[in-house]
Amino acid sequence: MSWIVDNLDLIGELALVHLRLAVPPIVLAFVLSVPIGWVAWRYEWSRGVLLSVIGLIYAIPSLPLFVALPAILGTSRRSELNVIIALTLYGIALMVRSVADGFGGVDRDVRQAATGVGYSGWGRFWQIDLPLAGPVLLAGLRVVAVSTVSLVTVGAVIGVQSLGSLFTDGFQRGIQAEIWAGIIATMLLAFAIDGLLVVAGRLAMPWTRAGAAASATRSDEREEATA
Amino acid sequence: MNLFADAFAWLLDPANWDGPDGIGVLLLQHLLITFGVVAIACGIGIPLGMIVGHTGRGREVVVALSGGLRALPSLGVLTLVALWLGIGVAGPAVALVVLAVPSVLAGTYSAIESVDRRTVDAARGMGMTERQIILGVETPIGLPTLIGGVRSAVLQVVATATLAAYVGAGGLGGILFLGLKTGDYTLMLAASILVIALALVLDGLFAILQRIVVPAGVRASRSGTTRGRPTRRPATTGSPAPAGSSATEGKHH
Repeated sequence: MSWIVDNLDLIGELALVHLRLAVPPIVLAFVLSVPIGWVAWRYEWSRGVLLSVIGLIYAIPSLPLFVALPAILGTSRRSELNVIIALTLYGIALMVRSVADGFGGVDRDVRQAATGVGYSGWGRFWQIDLPLAGPVLLAGLRVVAVSTVSLVTVGAVIGVQSLGSLFTDGFQRGIQAEIWAGIIATMLLAFAIDGLLVVAGRLAMPWTRAGAAASATRSDEREEATA
Repeated sequence: MNLFADAFAWLLDPANWDGPDGIGVLLLQHLLITFGVVAIACGIGIPLGMIVGHTGRGREVVVALSGGLRALPSLGVLTLVALWLGIGVAGPAVALVVLAVPSVLAGTYSAIESVDRRTVDAARGMGMTERQIILGVETPIGLPTLIGGVRSAVLQVVATATLAAYVGAGGLGGILFLGLKTGDYTLMLAASILVIALALVLDGLFAILQRIVVPAGVRASRSGTTRGRPTRRPATTGSPAPAGSSATEGKHH
């Protein structure tokens, strides 16, 4: 344990680098998934195709994707961009289904009522569909956030620094405490971001307890959304 | 695209498939590790998941376990166990089992739990024992979801086994790390293509399996049970769970 105390500076520094790698994919995945998921929900024909492509992306192992991206995109082989892009793709793969389910869970009667009181399509999306799908979107985003923070560590084996560097370094030098520090710091970071998302959800959607959606079934969400 | 041409040329050279370090042997190793580990994980996860799903006892533990696993970095577990048990196959195998059990457990648990309670009560009313209900009613009805859990586990183990070559587990990851050490990108890319292809093939096979195992009765009743439910996609209500079903979702490899 003395290793951890002696190296708190290093752990803190790597945690910041880790954040720099994890936050962009989480944000990008969310921003990109909303329109893709909306299309998958709105147009029946696109759903099967989109979800199949997304299932394929999901099945690709992370390390081989980190390695293959430079050949596909022409990025530098040790660039942080490879990790960021790969994790964004995984984030989208996880998130689009949540978005489609979230919009699918909005009660048709509510949507019709909104149209009846004069909302345009665009206004209805922002003020009716998106807020009502919110709890399901948040549940999906939490999964994306936690997996992304954990996956960033894999980059360490191809030389992209993060808290994962504590694993490779600890392994090569035979320091167990260093690996423990990496595991604990990664998990704490994941849970911290998860907690922030829950709080943000409560602030943005004061009408619902944010955590409830994570375990609720689709029909429960429908009842919750209409309540 | 030169890089891909080189990688495919390397893959198609028969000389690279032969011998103790050839692609053939490493691919076989990779498959053996994967199926060995998943078999052990099933041996642990399926019975436990059945008990939890049937009795409802310990469900919070299962949900917390599969949620917590998402945050657990596989590389950390691999390197830690390798330091304890030494490099070679044993250490990584233990780590891989630890990482695979929650997927199987969560898949089995949600499979059993998703079965309509009225169906279970009917089976009980007909005089079936609890054991018969689990194996004869709940398991066949929930089988697509159960296999979805195994599918997640397989994908995760194929991927993490690649990473496990870092601590000397062998398999296709060995080629990748050899390329990394010698600065040979062609080798790294070729290995990556192989692993990605392997993962996609296995995923496809399990997707087909999930569709095949839907019991005839469930298939027939689907159109009936969805009546009066104004969801947009009624057909998916009881369909085979994809890799990201609620209890097993999250990517951790």
